[in-house]
Amino acid sequence: MIPEQVIHDIEPAALRERTAAYRRDGWRLVQICSTTLDVFELSYSFTRDDRFEHLRLRLPLEGAQVDSITEEYFGAFAYENEIHDLFGIRFDGLKLDYLGNFFKTSVSKPFATSMCVVTGGKNNG
Amino acid sequence: MGERTVIPFGPQHPVLPEPIHIDLVVEDEHVVEAIPSFGFIHRGLEKLVEKKDFHEFTYVAERVCGICSYIHGMGYCQAVETVMNIQIPPRAKWLRTFWCELSRAHSHLLWAGLLADAFGFENLFMQCWRIRETVLDVIEETTGGRVIFGSAKIGGVRRDVDNDTLKRCAVKIASAAAEFEELKKVFRDDYSVKQRLCGIGMLSRDDAWTLGAVGPTLRGSGVRTDTRLEGYAAYNELKIEPIVETACDSYARCMVRMHEVTQSFDLIQEIAARTPEGPVFEKPSGYPNGEYFARLEQPRGEVIYYVKGNGTKNLSRFRVRTPTFANIPPLLHMLQGCELADVGLIVLTIDPCISCAER
Amino acid sequence: MSFLKRSPWIVHYDGASCNGCDIEVLACLTPRYDVERFGVVNTGNPKHADILLITGYINEQSQPVVKAIYEQMPEPRVVVAVGICATSGGIFRECYNTKGGVDSTIPVDVYVPGCAARPESIIDGVVKAIAVLEEKHLAMKKARAAS
Ligand code: SF4
Repeated sequence: MIPEQVIHDIEPAALRERTAAYRRDGWRLVQICSTTLDVFELSYSFTRDDRFEHLRLRLPLEGAQVDSITEEYFGAFAYENEIHDLFGIRFDGLKLDYLGNFFKTSVSKPFATSMCVVTGGKNNG
Repeated sequence: MGERTVIPFGPQHPVLPEPIHIDLVVEDEHVVEAIPSFGFIHRGLEKLVEKKDFHEFTYVAERVCGICSYIHGMGYCQAVETVMNIQIPPRAKWLRTFWCELSRAHSHLLWAGLLADAFGFENLFMQCWRIRETVLDVIEETTGGRVIFGSAKIGGVRRDVDNDTLKRCAVKIASAAAEFEELKKVFRDDYSVKQRLCGIGMLSRDDAWTLGAVGPTLRGSGVRTDTRLEGYAAYNELKIEPIVETACDSYARCMVRMHEVTQSFDLIQEIAARTPEGPVFEKPSGYPNGEYFARLEQPRGEVIYYVKGNGTKNLSRFRVRTPTFANIPPLLHMLQGCELADVGLIVLTIDPCISCAER
Repeated sequence: MSFLKRSPWIVHYDGASCNGCDIEVLACLTPRYDVERFGVVNTGNPKHADILLITGYINEQSQPVVKAIYEQMPEPRVVVAVGICATSGGIFRECYNTKGGVDSTIPVDVYVPGCAARPESIIDGVVKAIAVLEEKHLAMKKARAAS
């Protein structure tokens, strides 16, 4: 059976606490995903046995910042650094911080705006 | 206590077919810390959804990575189909499963070859790739492509395969399977293979779980999980038993993959015999509106496709979380304290696919 | 292949590709295709190589690396762009990180089409590259004799 996907909407301030609860109950962090709409929408996915749940929080496009969950799940550093480099969201208390050098891209924060058209190479003609 | 030195590993390194860069902090011959950096093959293809319509994007999704290309394309289709509420015909489901298992077999054989090459067992490398060619022949016969199949499509599959061809393919796979058993013996019993793999790159069960390892890396550490158990495509009608090893070392991860090849070969036989008749494509109408996280099992482990549609022909977001990306924190953990000479090998045991990880 | 006087050495670099072409390049070395029977040897060291095989397009990160590899190769040298990505950027042409095909960075002598390029076409490309290598070698010889 493909499990039902439950999305819990939460406040950014509650993130650490909710994550810690998942950690205590032995869930595995599956991924962190960010989407650019008129706000940044962050989804944290967790799994255990055959259950699959997501925490969903929203951050403003300007000066977005949220607590890091590397204290609970160290593996989250990869996702958080990625989101920092591609979306420009700041994570407070990141335990392994690349300071913006995780992904080196030619455009800075390419995913921070949506539907923008960035033209490709100049030498394509 | 020795002095600390930083040794850069990569981007162009003989054991790696792809560019990855790791800074290794070493003390004498022991690695104290490993810090990877990315971006050599970052393409930003998730951003392309804004320029290509959602049907066209299937082909971009396939090119996330050339090794597990089919499952990428199919996973994307599966996510969009769920959002659009499309039921694909049963025959299409079975064919998709058929190609999934072929992908798994060819990917693991490819990896086994690279592993053998990494510890200097050239002959074994050649043998693995020779058997892999038979699998590729079957793929070519049924889809037309060798590494990029191009046969996934929203609403089903691009082309049908007639039953005679399926039967013929099953025979070919059976002969490959018989040859593979010989090879498996080498991986299982050979002295030099064991010397290089046993007790190297330890990852305990707890660490694997909390650091978020997936796929053979997780199963090699004794956790019984396999996303195929969820029963997407035709897997709900097949019996899947996850392959678990408990030794937590490189050898365990290697054996998981070896047994999975055998399992895939068996599944291919079964699918070829049981695929039901019927149409293979159902034309979708409308545009996706809504979101969904699709979860599939790739050769390298669990993969997530997130799709968010807004009712137009362009999606607002496509994201793929590939297994290699999830396996990077566990890899760094394994590298801590290992010997410098084992680094290349340990990196290989997670079956890294850098173009997956960087997208 | 009797015209072949030398055994060309190849170095392979992966620009920014999806891997599809890379594994096909590797497949050329294995028993089914076995380019070594033509005397082609794969090396990891650009200073030993005559032919540079590049898969995938060029981005800012890989540009200096590709340039460095190219400059380290001794003259005469030939560059083969394998796959559509390496030719023009292919499917990733519109991505923000794309600089363009290999020819945006270094001169290319042979283009191999396909996505992914088939081993047969890669071998064909290498054979063409050998012919170009021979030509360049002759031109060099002539220039040396003239001076
Ligand atoms: S040409 Fe196609 S197969 Fe080759 S690297 Fe590019 S996308 Fe992949």
